Amino acid sequence: MLRDITIGQHFPGNSALHKLDPRLKIMLTIAYIVMLFVGTNPFGLLLSIVFLFVGYMVAKIPGRMVWRSIKPLLPVLAFTAILNLFFMAGTPVFQWWVITITWQGIYYAIIMAVRIVCLIAGTSLLTYTTSPIVLTDAIERLLSPLAKLHFPAHELAMMMTIALRFIPTLIEETDKIMSAQKARGAELDTGNIMQRIKALIPVLIPLFLSAFRRADELAMAMECRCYHGGEGRTRLRQLHITKQDIAITLGCVLLFVAVGFSGVLYTRLTGFA
Amino acid sequence: MNPILKTEDLTYTYNLGLPDATEAIHSINMEMEEGGFLGIIGPTGCGKSTLITHFNGLLKPTKGKVYIAGQDIWENPKKIRHFRFMVGLVFQYPEYQLFEETVAKDIAFGPKNMGLAEGEVQDRVSRAARFCGLSQEMLTRSPFELSGGQKRRVAIAGVLAMQPKLLVLDEPAAGLDPEGRDTILQELKQYHRETGTSIVLVSHSMEDVAKYAEKVLVMKDGSIAMYDDTPRIFARAEELLSMGLSVPQITKIFMQLKQMGLDIDTDVYTVKYATETLLRMAERGNGSAT
Ligand SMILES: Nc1ncnc2c1ncn2[C@@H]1O[C@H](COP(=O)(O)OP(=O)(O)O)[C@@H](O)[C@H]1O
Ligand SMILES: [Mg+2]
Repeated sequence: MLRDITIGQHFPGNSALHKLDPRLKIMLTIAYIVMLFVGTNPFGLLLSIVFLFVGYMVAKIPGRMVWRSIKPLLPVLAFTAILNLFFMAGTPVFQWWVITITWQGIYYAIIMAVRIVCLIAGTSLLTYTTSPIVLTDAIERLLSPLAKLHFPAHELAMMMTIALRFIPTLIEETDKIMSAQKARGAELDTGNIMQRIKALIPVLIPLFLSAFRRADELAMAMECRCYHGGEGRTRLRQLHITKQDIAITLGCVLLFVAVGFSGVLYTRLTGFA
Repeated sequence: MNPILKTEDLTYTYNLGLPDATEAIHSINMEMEEGGFLGIIGPTGCGKSTLITHFNGLLKPTKGKVYIAGQDIWENPKKIRHFRFMVGLVFQYPEYQLFEETVAKDIAFGPKNMGLAEGEVQDRVSRAARFCGLSQEMLTRSPFELSGGQKRRVAIAGVLAMQPKLLVLDEPAAGLDPEGRDTILQELKQYHRETGTSIVLVSHSMEDVAKYAEKVLVMKDGSIAMYDDTPRIFARAEELLSMGLSVPQITKIFMQLKQMGLDIDTDVYTVKYATETLLRMAERGNGSAT
C-alpha cells in the first residue's frame, strides 16, 4: 500500500553524527560532493569510500539501508557506466563489429559508477542521521543571511516544514478515500492508461478538497496564535556548535583537502590523468 | 439457512514483517444470520474497523477465512469485486468521499460501477435518496454545498443504491448532533425493516446499539469478548463497565436501584422496556399489598 513509501528516510539514533550540528552537516555534505568531483582519481575515491564507511559505522546504519537508497537509481548508474564503457576513445581491449571497448572506457566507467554510488550514499547519510524538521531548521539558518536581501528564508523553511508534516496525513487520507471508492466498486488498478487516469478522479477530487480544507484550518489556527512570520521569533530548538562538532568538522575538512590533493599525487606516480 | 456472514479464525496484522507490526484482530470466529441487525461495540482501537473492512475484501486476512452467503470471498481473488457489491461498506466519516457535481451523480457512482442500465440506476438513486430523507430538489445540488449531516446521508445513500445484501456501517452517527444521530439510525432501522437487508452497525455508543441492534458483538483488544442477543448482553452490564465501556443511562439507573435494595432485573437497556418493567413491578406490588 501507499504507506510503504518512506519519505525523508530518517533513521533515528544517538551517534556523534546524529548529534552533529545540522548546519555543519549540510556544509560538510556539500563539501563532500564538491570533493567527489575534484578528486576523480583512484586514491581520492578510495579515501571517499573509507570516509563513507567510517561515517556509516559511526552512525550505526545497516548496510542494507545504503542498498535501499541506491536501488532506485540503478538504471541511471548502469546508463552512465555503459556510456563511458563504449564511447571512450583510447587503447582498444576488445573489438567486435561496431563495438570497441578501451582501457580508458573501463577506467572511467568504474570511476563514474563509484562516484555516483558515493554521491548517493553520502547524501543519504545526511538524511538518515538528520530528521527532516531539523534539516529544514538548519536550511533556514544557513539561508538567513540572504533574508537581508529580502530572500524569504523563513517562509521557505516554514513551507517545507508544513509540507513534511502533512505528507503522512495525506498518504493516510489517500488510503482511506481509495478504500471508500473501492467499496463502491471503483477499479483503481485495472484497465488501460486512460481508464486508470479517469478512475483517479473520484480519489483526487476528495483529496484536493480535504487538502484545501486542512490548509484553511491550519492558516486559521496559526493566525489565532498570532503567527506573523519570522521576524522576532524565538525557537524551541536552539542549535549549538559543540567542541565535538568542531573536532569532527576539522577532521572531515582535512580529509577532503587530502582527497583534493590526491590527484596531484596520483598524476606524479602514474603519469596518467 | 446459510449465515450471510461468517468468519473463521480471522486474524489480521498491520505492517506484517516490519518492526512496527501490530496484530489488530486475532482469531475472530463469528456468524450472522441473514436479515439480522448486529451491533459491534468496543473501545477505540479494539479492532472494530479492521474487522469490518474484511467483510467486503478490502483487507485480505493474514490468517483465516471470511464467508459471505456461504462463499469464501478469497477463493478466487479476481472475483472480489462481486463481494464488494454484495457487502456495502460505509466508512467512518463517509462524507469525505463525495466527488461528483450533483448529489444524484454521486449516489449513482456505485450502481454505475456495477454495470447496471441507466433506467435501473436512476430507479435505485431515487429509492436510496428517499430512504435517506433526501428530497428531489437536493438531488440536483452540488454535494459540497450541503450541511455535514446531509452530506453523510448522501454518502450512505451512495452505498444503499448498490442494494447490498449486507450493509456494514462504521460509526455512521459519529460527530453528528443528537437529532441527526437519531434520524440517520431511524432511517437505517426503517430500511432494515422494509427491505430485510442484514445490517452491521459499528458504534461506541451503547445507547445506539441498545436501541437498534438485535444482537451485539462486544470486542476487546482485537478479540470477541461477548456475542449474544442484546438483552443478554446488557444483563451483564457490570462486566461491560469493568471493560471500560459505558452502559445506557437507563441501565445505570436500574443497577443503582438494585443496589439500593429493590428487587428488579438489570437487563433493562431502553426507556420503553424500562417503563414496561416498572409497570409490571407496580402491578405485582399492588397485587401483593391487597
Ligand atoms: N493502517 C494501519 N496501520 C497500522 N496499524 C493500524 C492501522 N489501522 C489500525 N491500526 C491499529 O489496529 C488497531 C485496531 O484499530 P481499528 O480497527 O481502527 O480500531 P477501532 O475501529 O475499534 O477503533 C489499533 O491498535 C490501531 O492502532
Ligand atoms: Mg474505527
